[in-house]
This record gives sequence, structure tokens and C-alpha cells, in this order.
Amino acid sequence: MEGMDYLRPRNLRDAFNAIEKTKGLIKFIAGGTNVIPDIRAETLSPKLIVDLSVLKSLYYIKETNRTISIGALTTISEIVKSDVIRRVAPILSSAAHQLGNTLTRNRATLGGNLADASPAADMAPPLLALEALIHTKCGQESGRKISLDKFFLGPNKTVLAKDEIITKITFLKPKESAHGSYIKLGLRDSMAISIVSLAVMLQVENNVCQKARIALGAVAPTPVRSYRVEKELEGREMSIKNIHEIAVLIEKEISPISDIRASAEYRKYETSVLLKRAIQQALERGKK
Amino acid sequence: MNKKVVNFTVNGEPHEVLVETNTLLLHVLRDELGLTGTKYSCGTGQCGSCTVLVNGEPILSCIFLAVAAEGADIVTIEGLSAPDGTLESVQEAFLDFGAIQCGFCTPGLVLMAKDLLNKNPNPSETEIREHIKGNLCRCTGYVSIVRAIKSCSK
Repeated sequence: MEGMDYLRPRNLRDAFNAIEKTKGLIKFIAGGTNVIPDIRAETLSPKLIVDLSVLKSLYYIKETNRTISIGALTTISEIVKSDVIRRVAPILSSAAHQLGNTLTRNRATLGGNLADASPAADMAPPLLALEALIHTKCGQESGRKISLDKFFLGPNKTVLAKDEIITKITFLKPKESAHGSYIKLGLRDSMAISIVSLAVMLQVENNVCQKARIALGAVAPTPVRSYRVEKELEGREMSIKNIHEIAVLIEKEISPISDIRASAEYRKYETSVLLKRAIQQALERGKK
Repeated sequence: MNKKVVNFTVNGEPHEVLVETNTLLLHVLRDELGLTGTKYSCGTGQCGSCTVLVNGEPILSCIFLAVAAEGADIVTIEGLSAPDGTLESVQEAFLDFGAIQCGFCTPGLVLMAKDLLNKNPNPSETEIREHIKGNLCRCTGYVSIVRAIKSCSK
């Protein structure tokens, strides 16, 4: 961290002015729960750190008739505590609850988890299943809206430009008849990087699947949707036999690697096991 | 190297320190201010022994830049007991239940226990275990710690 400069702007204009003048690597920081360990491990050597954490206007959870809007700086703890999220999008609540531990959740932010873009990012699968939109601000221009399934480019790589920050994440409130499930498999109960994580949202009527959204983490270079399995489920009766037949197809949709946490074979196998479980859980919730 | 002046309060006392931009809050507390109750262990935010309260919320000071503490109210384990040395009820409970062996995890755990009881005065054992998941103890096996915290519930 030789010669590292630090700036904590009170508003976005000051932030972008400072960025324009800086040559070299600029790193935005919110909670710092990934950035600081990376800097200490010297896998990251920024010239300038721009601390976004006092931009109060980016901390919120808002509900309208049709949408949920979450400010990018909302901490994971806030999401865990949110009655709105628990009611409207329990899979997001569940993922937030399983991210890191109590201490990291007090600092980690939703925008930070997505911008860090780990293939195992905890908040990505539920937001993909909810078809979330990322809203950004880029320099002095207005910014853009990016569908989350077009946001990730590779491990720790996103479409964000050097001077672009996430301002909020939005999604349409799921219909009353839609129910979901989120499962995270890790080597331990807390503070675990996922071996496999998945989020499922199903809309079912008379035991026939009307709409399916399946998203996975830690089994590909980025968090991914499984469009093929979604299409297989849609229009099919949700019998045990059909679910088992379709769940197995997921193994062809993913490309897990072997690493210190698990082998690729184990991840592939577990993905189809957990997908069956998640579909069944979502169906159970629909019956209540 | 860039140096910055930072102002914050620690345990109610105002402090002004000159730090490098890459200095962590943990090191300012221990090395500049001599408050060695907060411990440096894993250095990656995984063990919880560096726990302090910043603006009332427990955070990991080994991954928190000192410059980011500008204007903050910080409480360390030293700030928990009364000025005359009287211990908080959570601290007494840890002593009564033998929840301290080497003592290294204790400051972080006591602060987390206090945080839990402030938010949830009557936690279940599950809720206690859930709340302290970020604090590792290599000595006790956690049973005495959980009992100590449970004894403080209303």
C-alpha cells in the first residue's frame, strides 16, 4: 500500500472529480471486507481508495406497489433485519443471513458484494432469480441500468467502468403465487465461501410450473442463470419424477472447478442434489 | 506515504492521531493509544478477536482503516467496565462460568455478548450461538461461553 491515497467524499460529485484527476488504480471501498484483506495480501495495490461509506443517500430499502429498491451501500445486516425483504423476497433474506458472520455483515454492503463479483458472491444467486437490475452512476454522466445476468464478466470482473459505481439494485416484487428457495453449501456453518449456492423462484398453478428462475453460484466463472433448466421446468407438472429428470440436466449447464474447497465432480453432483431440494422447498412454500 | 490527521473518540475520550492511509484501526488502538485489550490474531477479519464497537455497531478493526474512523465513537473492551473498575454483568458472568481460559478471544466475545443482549435481552441458545459465530475460541469449546451469556438474559 505504498503511497496510497484515501478520499471519503461527502457526495458523488466530489468523488467523480477526484477520480478524474487520478492516474493509476482506483478502488472504491464501502465496507472493505474484501478490499482490505486483498490490499493486505497485496493482490491489490490501489493508488487511490475512494471510501463511499458516508454517502448516506445510498443506504435504503424502499418498497413501492411493484418494486423493491435497495441502495448500494445498504449493509447486509440491514437486509437481514428488513421486514420488507423478509416478506417480499425471503430468498434474499436467507442469503444475507448466511453471508460471512455477524461482524462482516455489519460492514459488508449489497453493492460491494456484487461489485467484488466473486463467482461465489452470496447475494448474486437470489438477485439473479429475482431478475434484478443494477443502476449505476458513471462520472458526471447519468449512468445506466444493467440486468444482473449481463453484469458479471468473469471472476472478480464486471462491466463497470473504472469510474462507475453501483447506486442501487432494484427488482419487481414477485407475484403472490411465486415462491423460492435459497441453499448455500459450505464447508462450515459460518464464514464460509460457498462450494455451491443456488436460488430458485417458481410460479406454480395447479401443480404446473408457469415460470421458473434458477440461479447458481460457485459453479462457473461467474454467478449464472440456468436458462435451459428454467425452460424445461416451465409448462411441466411438478411431479417428483419430472423434478428429478429435469434437475439432473443442470450438470451440463455448469462448469465448476476443483479448488481447495471441493472437487469439480463433487460440485456437479451436489448442484443437482441441491436443485431438487430447492425446487421441492419452493413447492412446499407454495402449498402453505 | 500519505499521512492524515484523524479525530475520533475512544471510550468517551477524544483523540487526534496522525496515521498513514494504510494504517488499520486495530493498530492505532493498540500501538498509539496503548489499548491492548483488542487483539491482533488472523489479520483477515475471520477470527473476531479484533472486535470493537464503532458508532454502537461491532466491527472488525483489523480490516477497518484508521482514516475511516474520522468522527466515529469507538468503544473497546476497556470501555465496558466502569471507571472505578466495576465489571459489567456480562464480564462477571464470564468469570462465574469459567468462560475464560487463555483470554485471547474474550474481549471480542464479551463485546458481542453485550451487543446481543442490548438488541435481544432474552436470547435463546441458538440465537446466542448464531450471534457469536464470528468469534473463534480455541480453548473453551464455547459451552461455558454460551452458558455465561444465557445467564445474563432476562
